[in-house]
Amino acid sequence: MTLPAAVLLLVFGYTPMLGLVMAFQDYDLYDGILHSPWVGFANFQLLFTDPGFWHAFANTLVLFSVQLVLSFPIPIALAIMLDGILSRRLRSFIQSMVTLPHFFSMVMVVTIFDQVLGGSGLLDTFLRGHGVINPPDLVTNPGLFKFLVAGQLIWKESGWNMIIYLAALAAISPSLYEAAAVDGANWRQRTWRITLPGLRPIMVLLLILNLGYALTFGFEQMLIQLAAVGPGAAQVLTTFSYENGIVQGNYSYGAAAGLFLGVTSVILILSANRVAHLLGEDGLYRNSRR
Amino acid sequence: MATTAPRQATARPRHTRRNPRRPVWQERPAPATQSAKGAAIVAILLIIALPLYSIVLTSFSDQASVNIAGGLVVWPHGLTLSAYRLIAEGGVVGRALVISVLLTAVGTAFSVTVTILASYGLSRAGSFGHKTILWFMMITMFFSGGIIPLFLVVSGLGGFDQYWALILPGAVSVFNIIVMRAFFMNIASDMIESALIDGASDWKILWRIVLPTSRAVTAVIALFYGVTYWNSWFNILLFMPADSVKWPLQMVLYTYVTQGNPMPGSGSSTIGGFVGNQQIAPLSLQMAVVTLTVVPVLIVYPFVQKHFTKGVLLGAIKG
Repeated sequence: MTLPAAVLLLVFGYTPMLGLVMAFQDYDLYDGILHSPWVGFANFQLLFTDPGFWHAFANTLVLFSVQLVLSFPIPIALAIMLDGILSRRLRSFIQSMVTLPHFFSMVMVVTIFDQVLGGSGLLDTFLRGHGVINPPDLVTNPGLFKFLVAGQLIWKESGWNMIIYLAALAAISPSLYEAAAVDGANWRQRTWRITLPGLRPIMVLLLILNLGYALTFGFEQMLIQLAAVGPGAAQVLTTFSYENGIVQGNYSYGAAAGLFLGVTSVILILSANRVAHLLGEDGLYRNSRR
Repeated sequence: MATTAPRQATARPRHTRRNPRRPVWQERPAPATQSAKGAAIVAILLIIALPLYSIVLTSFSDQASVNIAGGLVVWPHGLTLSAYRLIAEGGVVGRALVISVLLTAVGTAFSVTVTILASYGLSRAGSFGHKTILWFMMITMFFSGGIIPLFLVVSGLGGFDQYWALILPGAVSVFNIIVMRAFFMNIASDMIESALIDGASDWKILWRIVLPTSRAVTAVIALFYGVTYWNSWFNILLFMPADSVKWPLQMVLYTYVTQGNPMPGSGSSTIGGFVGNQQIAPLSLQMAVVTLTVVPVLIVYPFVQKHFTKGVLLGAIKG
């Protein structure tokens, strides 16, 4: 019964892995993998001396870090706020509203942001109507792009990421709050001393797991906006590999960049899990020694 | 004076009446805190709802309202169905909508079937090499060949510009198999064993015992697959040529709205189109495409929403 799934993974998961040997070839579409000439590490030498590659590397790190710093606290704040709402109906209404954008496609999210923040968008026409002469176009500005990317991800994923914090909040024992309140702790002290420490394990876990995907960050999101913002701000490692490999037909070079990304990502993800285990948490997989 | 009297009347019970849901130890928040929280909630809801409202409203607005608004319409003026009538007359958007619906339906059915079969096979402790096969599958979660070899494999199999290229390469999510397998393993094994003794085949056990007890998890997984198929965009870019008549909706959205290219069959983008002799604002037509892309998600959403927490947590805890 497992056969159909196994065959699909074999054909579309493992065959491409074998195909990665083309990173060590000068791949030609007509010669194929079997007859293309071997070039050793030439593609990688070219890659690591390519300023475009290092530029994409820097962009990836900047976009990823800004996004992480800005978006990480928001689901936590949302969860704490929602947890404090007494009306159950209002709470579930807000929860379904903030979770909804998670189910929109990236193309949809970018389009919505264009319509709201772009030229002749909602904000633009509002500002013009209120006497601002030339409001800035926020969606094509390379300097602001990192904040736009963070904003799109916050809008799309905050509600979804909130759910896991809500569950963690429900697991904090009410007797802790009760005892603290009896001892005279106000809500600010209770949040600081009980709620946030209670959420800390899940925060640490999510942060570490997030770091594992740093280098492959944002493929679709950047690809969609590459034309509007330009490669100076929006070219990341994944789009670099795609642009070189598929768009320009430089298959071996793109595959070399892809192989570099694949290997570094595995190392990152496995070390992230190791760190999670060292901190006493379950990572993506469970620590067998516990 | 008339206004102060009722204010006093509501002010007095403030200290005596309390919300029965509020825990006894919790003090009533200060009015400033409470109004700040209220304002935050309203702001959050507006940030999500206002763009969607405005987009849907614009798709139903006539040329004059779009001209008055100078862009997206916020206050309704003249409403019209002409953008949708133009789409219903055929052309690129209507065709893409049909393709997307069929693709999502077929793809989801296929993915759910394959996932159920694999999860059941891997959940039976004695089945052939189940540990090895599970490892073999999980490796693909951590490492993949990347886009370029996948593109060459699929085109090598003749998948370029074929619908199966949009379904098969991503049909199996190992993550979903792990979630579902974990669920199947929790089903009381004595029930399955007694059925085995009674001579029931694996197919019968799956159909009669396992599936009826796992409707919720199946619904969540079907939703995840369905949303993935409906929303996928990059694989269309990768496996379908430019201007293909086989484009699903997301690509039409990307090309004619996100990129703003002129839409064929509706005049040029800057002119809009005509239904009868009524002119359609190009922006309305574009927003109609956005609306059509988002509406199916909105329709399915309430039905499966109650299972989310379960789905997210299942993945988080048992993955």
